[in-house]
Amino acid sequence: MTAIKTIDYRNDREFHEKLIEEVLESYPEKTAKKRAKHLSVTQDGASDCGVKSNIKSIPGVMSIRGCAYAGSKGVVWGPVKDMVHISHGPVGCGQYSWSQRRNYYVGTTGVDSFGTMQFTSDFQERDIVFGGDKKLKKMIDEIEELFPLNKGISVMSECPVGLIGDDIEAVAKERGAAIGKPVVPVRCEGFRGVSQSLGHHIANDAVRDFIFDKREPEAFESTPYDVVIIGDYNIGGDGWSSRRLLEEMGLRVIAQWTGDSTLSELERAPKAKLNLIHCYRSMNYISRHMEEKYGVPWLEFNFFGPSRIAMSLRMIAEHFDDKIKEGAERVIEKYKAMSDQVIETFRPRLAGKKVMLYVGGLRPRHMINAYEDLGMEIVGAGYEFAHRDDYQRTMDYVKDGTLIYDDITAYEMEHFIQRIRPDLVGSGIKEKYSTQKMGVPFRQLHSWDYSGPYHGYDGFAVFARDMDMAINNPAWSLFKAPWKAAEPAPASA
Amino acid sequence: MPQSADQIKDHVSLFKEPEYQEMFARKREQFECPHPPERVAEVEEWMKSWDYREKNLSREALTVNPAKACQPLGAVFCAAGFEGMLSFIHGSQGCTAYFRSHLSRHFKEPSSAVSSNMTEDAAVFGGLNNMLDGLQNAHKLYKPKAIAVGTTCMAEVIGDDLQAFIAKAKQQGSVPEDFDVPYAHTPSFIGSHVTGYDNMLEGILKHYWEGAAREPGETLNIVPGFDGFCVGNIRELKRMLGLMGVEATIMCDPSDVYDMPSDGTFTMYSGGTPIEAVKGGINAKATISLQEYCSKKSLTLAESSGQEVAAFNYPLGVAATDEFLMKVSALTGKPVPAQLELERGRLIDAMTDSMAYVHGKTFTVFGDPDFCIGVTRFLLELGAEPVHILSSNGSKAWAKKMKAIVAASPYGKRAQVWPGNDLWHLRSFLHTEPTDLMIGSSYGKYLERDCGVPLIRLSFPIFDRHHHHRFPIFGYQGGLQMLVRILDKVFDGLDAQTNIAGENDMSFDLTR
Repeated sequence: MTAIKTIDYRNDREFHEKLIEEVLESYPEKTAKKRAKHLSVTQDGASDCGVKSNIKSIPGVMSIRGCAYAGSKGVVWGPVKDMVHISHGPVGCGQYSWSQRRNYYVGTTGVDSFGTMQFTSDFQERDIVFGGDKKLKKMIDEIEELFPLNKGISVMSECPVGLIGDDIEAVAKERGAAIGKPVVPVRCEGFRGVSQSLGHHIANDAVRDFIFDKREPEAFESTPYDVVIIGDYNIGGDGWSSRRLLEEMGLRVIAQWTGDSTLSELERAPKAKLNLIHCYRSMNYISRHMEEKYGVPWLEFNFFGPSRIAMSLRMIAEHFDDKIKEGAERVIEKYKAMSDQVIETFRPRLAGKKVMLYVGGLRPRHMINAYEDLGMEIVGAGYEFAHRDDYQRTMDYVKDGTLIYDDITAYEMEHFIQRIRPDLVGSGIKEKYSTQKMGVPFRQLHSWDYSGPYHGYDGFAVFARDMDMAINNPAWSLFKAPWKAAEPAPASA
Repeated sequence: MPQSADQIKDHVSLFKEPEYQEMFARKREQFECPHPPERVAEVEEWMKSWDYREKNLSREALTVNPAKACQPLGAVFCAAGFEGMLSFIHGSQGCTAYFRSHLSRHFKEPSSAVSSNMTEDAAVFGGLNNMLDGLQNAHKLYKPKAIAVGTTCMAEVIGDDLQAFIAKAKQQGSVPEDFDVPYAHTPSFIGSHVTGYDNMLEGILKHYWEGAAREPGETLNIVPGFDGFCVGNIRELKRMLGLMGVEATIMCDPSDVYDMPSDGTFTMYSGGTPIEAVKGGINAKATISLQEYCSKKSLTLAESSGQEVAAFNYPLGVAATDEFLMKVSALTGKPVPAQLELERGRLIDAMTDSMAYVHGKTFTVFGDPDFCIGVTRFLLELGAEPVHILSSNGSKAWAKKMKAIVAASPYGKRAQVWPGNDLWHLRSFLHTEPTDLMIGSSYGKYLERDCGVPLIRLSFPIFDRHHHHRFPIFGYQGGLQMLVRILDKVFDGLDAQTNIAGENDMSFDLTR
């Protein structure tokens, strides 16, 4: 995507460079050398952010990253609502990820939908010693009996599965044939790769290998306006507030991947005329595959904030006829008054506020213009599991002198926040409470802090409201006890 | 338009708007290939039947919605209870991210722990280098007083030897020779988080006690166990001991680290049992555990050092608190003070005031083994009738003990004890034999929705209600707190059943 002109500002390059020096001083030499490659300050005109990425985290430094299982079960497969997803291995992985991603769906949970449930093989020592294949086989049969309306089953491997030599592929194949439903083995053991990212890739490959072309999808009539939303996990309903806009401009959304999705939506996606990809990081693989094998082109879009939404709607419309182009203009016009009013309400309260972002593989760039639509400035951005192409794309968004941190450590994060004293930090649950104790407002940007949606025009209003309440809550002014008023303020930029 | 800038709607109301409802229907009809609604309704009804319950109970391999977590979570919780101690979990990094998130979501507090970040190469060659680098980095960066090493299942399956690795790390200078690195193997495929707590506590005690000569003294060690209410409970415990004038070491005290003030700074460590006190703990007269199933190995260790030991089961309410206090009194020779007797009387006073609203009410209780025992005993004291008592991490021995407790009370006659079962089993129990109320964790909210049994959140984890864990559910005060929570649910329920004007509001009583 190209850059977009919102507000003008530059960040303090020298100060940010100094901060990097400061944190590196605290590490052992070998670690400092490694971490130096992941920290940078952006330079206008450069082709990327100047950091190495998608590299193993360093032991002992408190990386914020998760694992391949989290990327596969938690992100890609978990939201497919009419399939049962087995967390195959010990009880913990499924337990800690149970209902935490907030992938909203409509359905009767436990009967025809299974999203907010935790199915696990709860491995015991004997399963480690004798292998878990027999148990898996039995589990699949028990799921069939007790949850007869499931449309299929996925097997999400946890660490031990790959270490004890289980053959889940064979079990899946055999039981899948027996029950006449897809049983999808996914090798997303947590030790694979360096972050959630490989889990996304493995999960994408499993869709390719075990869903596509496996059986004839139910009768389906194509139209010239068929699109798929790819890489929207419907967190707090994001996919829905996006879908509405596409439908309103005249497109037909034949599948959502994978928020609120069903098996049939997975199966039919290759019939689309265009794949619209929101989270590039987690689903570019399958989009590329659909382009190569089925000739479905794909397009990255961004539904955060009115500037990007309008730009995206027009870009999408470019792939269709005049009817759709007019539809895009109509939608932009329809929502203009509402989003202008949102900006009018909140911009005076938020303009000039400085924001640091640290999220997964997409949002640290995708949300930047939404903040800027409200007059807010991004001083730092970084990703847990981005790759080089993400840091290249980030350059379309960040201003000169922005502090960049790849796979940040808790130590670095605390130091940067303490020194920059931004007005808002957007990151995850592990970062939330330590940041707030420092007196710095915070919003979780994985779960939307239990709010949402944030996508689309409907979502932008919620986003603006939430950022305002985080920053302007009166409690922030109460931190200092009055009898301590004489003490100097903490060091700030 | 469903959204408006004047009154911004988030997911709670936005998706109820007709534009969205129509869109959902369209999506369902055109693209989801759903089962026919009659079929869904039919299966939904069948799932409420005895037939389904029997099939559900005959499951052998599948676990659905368990109410338990894995060992290293307990290890991280345990290590957080010692002064300046940093958890170091040897294995895949994702696990540690999960433990931290899980604890943060419950306590609404930061949870710090590092990982050795093992990846595929470590799976092949072992995680020694990860341990060496990890200890060095953690030591330099986070300046802990000690590092407590636990394991994930990955490290356990490949058989990494913590003792040897830590020795090597010291030899190579990752941490100083005299730096404390207690450790425990905490495989996720054995036991649950309560086992992990015990293993880590045993590891820590072993580390500080091994080789030390015991000089028997008069103090007590008290092991609170894994407890989502540790903040309120440990403070109440300390207050009671203070009133008695008893000198005790709380062996694992995370009450401060999981309740840090907002004052403009973040400190990773806060409070916790001082290391010197841990060392001194070997000289204690006795070690008392408040949660038997969180401390079997730790108590064995204490006993083998020559101490007396005693284990309780999450004592709260009247008799269980009496027993605890009398034990403390017997061990220390200090009488139970008048103040506590006064509080005891006040609790009983509250119980008699409100008995009409609890007597005969049927209850479901689920949670960790000790929690279930403590709560059930209190319910029996209130004249309430526990019907389903379920512990996913409860053993057969636990079930035997639990059954004996309910058998001893006329109010326990209907009680069924379910060791090792999960909340999908419980769903069947509640559909076939519903109870008036349910006590458990946030996971129970799906049962509340599906079975219509009101949930009182009093256990770990509580994600969807805030701050209750800052108040005690231990001792007499804990009994009072629990009574009030039960009563609030009962009264709210009564009002909800009687609040339609002109229809059912003759019973909408001002005074109850």
